[in-house]
Amino acid sequence: MSELKENFTFNEGNLIEAKKILSKYPEDRKQSAVMPLLDLAQRQNENWLTREIVEYVANYLEMPFIRAWEVVTFYSMYYTKYNGKYLVQVCGTTPCWLRGSDQIVKACKEMIAPTQNTLSKDGIFSWMQVECLGACVNAPLIQINDDYYEDLTYDSTKNVLQSLIDGTPVEVGSQSGRKSSKAVS
Amino acid sequence: MLQEKDKIFTNLFGDESYSLKSALKRGDWDKTKNLIANGREWIIDEMKKSELRGRGGAGFPTGLKWSFMPKDPDLTNYLVVNADESEPGTCKDRDMIRNEPHKLIEGCLLASFAMNAHTCYIYIRGEYFNESVVLQKAIDEAYEAGLIGKNASGSGWDFDIYLHRGAGAYICGEETALLESLEGKKGLPRLKPPFPANKGLYGSPTTVNNVETIAVVPSILRRGGEWFASFGRPKNTGTKVFCISGHVNNPCNIEEEMGMPLKELIEKHAGGVRGGWSNLKAIIPGGSSVPLIPKKTCDTVLMDFDSLSAVKSGLGTAAVIVMDQSTDLVKAIAKLSHFYKHESCGQCTPCREGTGWMWRMMEKIGSGHANSSDIDKLLDVTKQIEGHTICALGDAAAWPIQGLFRHFRDEIEDQLKKIKAA
Repeated sequence: MSELKENFTFNEGNLIEAKKILSKYPEDRKQSAVMPLLDLAQRQNENWLTREIVEYVANYLEMPFIRAWEVVTFYSMYYTKYNGKYLVQVCGTTPCWLRGSDQIVKACKEMIAPTQNTLSKDGIFSWMQVECLGACVNAPLIQINDDYYEDLTYDSTKNVLQSLIDGTPVEVGSQSGRKSSKAVS
Repeated sequence: MLQEKDKIFTNLFGDESYSLKSALKRGDWDKTKNLIANGREWIIDEMKKSELRGRGGAGFPTGLKWSFMPKDPDLTNYLVVNADESEPGTCKDRDMIRNEPHKLIEGCLLASFAMNAHTCYIYIRGEYFNESVVLQKAIDEAYEAGLIGKNASGSGWDFDIYLHRGAGAYICGEETALLESLEGKKGLPRLKPPFPANKGLYGSPTTVNNVETIAVVPSILRRGGEWFASFGRPKNTGTKVFCISGHVNNPCNIEEEMGMPLKELIEKHAGGVRGGWSNLKAIIPGGSSVPLIPKKTCDTVLMDFDSLSAVKSGLGTAAVIVMDQSTDLVKAIAKLSHFYKHESCGQCTPCREGTGWMWRMMEKIGSGHANSSDIDKLLDVTKQIEGHTICALGDAAAWPIQGLFRHFRDEIEDQLKKIKAA
């Protein structure tokens, strides 16, 4: 599951995707593609990057490894360790905190692991507290992989997590039943 | 109150589809060719007449900003759209991207033409993955329909849009850090000058505009700069999408007329403050970077650039964060201090060291084991950081703390004394 992968190469689909990404930037500015390509590589590798993978991406873009590694360590969305099938990110910045993000953290502690950045016992989840996710009128919220779950309570957070454990479908977005960021009236 | 007919973002909440077919029904891409045929000067002139001020926080006049771009046809000019929305409290661009992407794309074409740019990059924050999927689909639709690409909309102007996803760094919302990031580097803000209009992306002339700034351009050009300027007050014109979060009954995004009284905005659209207006303690009116204002000021203040700066705060991104009487204000601002500590790029010493120091001091005050001289020291440090860094993140970290003690110092000191006595 999370063993070191050597000789990483983009799979066939991602090779096509990588070319498409490169075509967005001027030919002599390949380095511009480093962020999207790291993301592509990370998605191919269960959402984390090893040194070997970053070397592959740097070589692919003909840029020094250290420049790519700097990018990996500077931005928060590149991970250098395995975080489980579901990475649960709990927003704890002021707008979410005002609306009870502490309760969401509590639910994650109970359902996933007592400390953040720790795999759950079944190895499926981990959680971490993050800064503003930019959906403040739908606070409090969590991001699980690519999806936002909004307007949460302690109970609805547990419901979302339980649905993922059970493999039952769960609606992305507001958990209070409202439409996007429209006021309920 | 803004009438329905004057709303620009009629599909802000996604009641209808974001698709091109749906957008056409809403009036997007209607004779775009004719707008372009009016020429560059006309577009910039209408933008100046509209008195639109940038919607990303700083509020610089958009028409004027565009006029700084070099007109030399041999240069490669760029338009870069800042969709790295990360200012705590702010989530307006998200709705425009996922529900009104064609307004943004059409705005990109018109703005790029006006600035002699054949290429536009939209830099969207990495966390907005689903939003980036929608926007890419809308861009693909626009290409297929010939609205952008070679001879965009039949105008004779070749125009490409590329979407670039960020990866979780607030600092990339600062325009020069964003350009660094787009070049595949760490998001470290650049020293200015040179300004991006002279040397921006890849060393070429570049204008960076916020999503909302660009997305309102087609409506301004169709309905006229004077129409837009008829809302609000002089130099504070137009309609604006406000984000109302925190202790209100119905948190929401809402498009309203600029300059609406803050109290009316909250009571009409967000169901009022939790527990009633009298239960209000303070409001951060423009996203985390602006100082809070106490209830007394909130009673009468208008929501526009000049009214809010007159009360030593700011409109910023128009993200209204409401805090009722139950709020521990020191803790609320300490959370913001933690945010800035986390997001400092580390380039300038006052910010790198200062944001962490300020956060620790805020925590100390919050724990009750502090005294009046600690507050003096903290305020002194905020002054040492403010204005002494390459970008405005240092200022943004200092201002919320200054605002807190400007209005609530007596109350906080009373609490500290009580804790000491106990």
